[in-house]
Amino acid sequence: MLKKRILMLLGLFILVGTLTACQSGSNNGRSITAVGSSALQPLVEAVGENYASAHSGNFINVQGGGTGTGLSQIQEGAVDIGNSDLYAEQKKGINAKKLVDHKVAVVGITPVINKQLAIKNLTKKQLIGIFTGDITNWQQVGGPDRTIVVINRAQGSGTRSTFERWALNGQSSLQAQEQDSTGMVRQIVASTPGAISYMAFAYVDKTIKTVNVDNIQPTNKNVETNRWPIWSYEHMYTRGQPKGLTKDFIDYMMSDSVQEKVVGKLGYIPMSQMKTTRTLNDELHITK
Amino acid sequence: MHDDIKDSLLKKSRATRSEQRGRIISLTCTAIIVLIVISIFYFVASKGLATFFSNKVNVWDFLSKSIWNPGSTDSHGSPQAGALPMIIGSFGVTLLSAIIATPFAIATAIFMTEISPNKGYKILQPVTELLVGIPSVVYGFIGLSVVVPFVRHTFGGTGFGILAGTFVLFVMILPTVTSMSVDALRAVPRYYREASLALGATRWQTIYKVVLRSATPGLATAVIFGMSRAFGEALAVQMVIGNAVLLPHNLISPASTLTSVLTMGMGNTVMGSAANNALWSLALLLLLMSLVFNLLINKIAKRGRI
Repeated sequence: MLKKRILMLLGLFILVGTLTACQSGSNNGRSITAVGSSALQPLVEAVGENYASAHSGNFINVQGGGTGTGLSQIQEGAVDIGNSDLYAEQKKGINAKKLVDHKVAVVGITPVINKQLAIKNLTKKQLIGIFTGDITNWQQVGGPDRTIVVINRAQGSGTRSTFERWALNGQSSLQAQEQDSTGMVRQIVASTPGAISYMAFAYVDKTIKTVNVDNIQPTNKNVETNRWPIWSYEHMYTRGQPKGLTKDFIDYMMSDSVQEKVVGKLGYIPMSQMKTTRTLNDELHITK
Repeated sequence: MHDDIKDSLLKKSRATRSEQRGRIISLTCTAIIVLIVISIFYFVASKGLATFFSNKVNVWDFLSKSIWNPGSTDSHGSPQAGALPMIIGSFGVTLLSAIIATPFAIATAIFMTEISPNKGYKILQPVTELLVGIPSVVYGFIGLSVVVPFVRHTFGGTGFGILAGTFVLFVMILPTVTSMSVDALRAVPRYYREASLALGATRWQTIYKVVLRSATPGLATAVIFGMSRAFGEALAVQMVIGNAVLLPHNLISPASTLTSVLTMGMGNTVMGSAANNALWSLALLLLLMSLVFNLLINKIAKRGRI
């Protein structure tokens, strides 16, 4: 009886041992982990899957967690790639000197409002007024008599930082409702009368509507020429120059076929289409 | 010379050995659990206290100020970490949902144990068990698509706020409080009821004056258990409360709880930064509060025993 039990226990250990051994054994290919920005996550996941199916034996693990997580994890060397909506220099607590930046795509961000509001255009001044709390009723900007409901992304979110930097001229938005994902923002803007928020172009659908700012439409074309200034790069950071699979994967990400076919399809703007570049210090260069 | 009897007396028997082995195994498991609890406490405390020691936030400011922007600093150069809106939000939804849930839970428990022990129990027991098993994201989603519009149409505002959070938490803690109340009422000895009825008390008098009175400590424990669940609930509340770090003007203005700010902020801050430490301070506050709830439960249970 006792012997039987001991045997069973031993068997269990052996089983667990072989299982784990199997995992590391069959992994004769390579695997890397990319963590961070949820705005960039869908793109990295899609490209990662394509890469893995084209190069069998290689695995790209992609996780969300937010820009802060991505940058702090890559700084600690816990992951191979840290995804970020922001320049590492712009995030407090990150030593950007150790990190190498790979800009893989551009994301345009647009203000969005509830569909019932008959507003097509807001001036930048009005937009700033709304998000800093000076304008509280849609009547003040030519809309119906309705209280403005501002919905923010969480503090420190890349989308929010970009929006505050480029749409609000660096002013921070008032304390208001906050949501930690774009999906939730979209649902709440769609269902709450008088709501206004902001999100990446890729997330805009028929349940909400976008607003022009200073009569400029939020389109990819306008982002490419910087007529629509509310956009940001999507960064993939590595610790030091990338090596091995990390390098191969980033090269694949930057390759023309991926940039042209996958990036645009998922609602991002390929780097190659940008006619301007923006440096860390917000200097603008026209390249094409 | 070989003596079997002497051997068997001096050697440990098989039963002793298996007992020893069992003791070692259970001791190790207990030690591991204790170690885990201690290390969790240590980890949360070391991170959470860093806000006060290395980022120089005044503890009193943390508890009493209402500007939450730990990423930037105030005029004195310390991060703006005023957690009062979250503290009020957390306690608000917890207390309100407990106040609403308690009468429902106790009434259900009385029905299940005193009035209709057979039929009522057979129907209500599975129902409460089912309610416990529903994941909190489902509650949150129902809250977002049903409760929030309902509050908006009935009471005005955007619908997001403490009231919506209270409604969602009410349904979430109801089964916990109910099933624990049932246990408390069942623990009342049968002869209490028999004696009361023999003295000529009606059923209602027996329930009200005898059963409920003697089950009070158990019922209080049930309510506090529900409150500690409500206090720690993150996801469902986060979806309906609006997450605005503002002092709530009323029950329908967007508010926030400790948990909702914590879960939203974690991914957007960098480990070791002031903003991140401030979030750990919130976590520490949550941990201390759950400790308080546990102590309360212990105290009530002790008083009930005497």
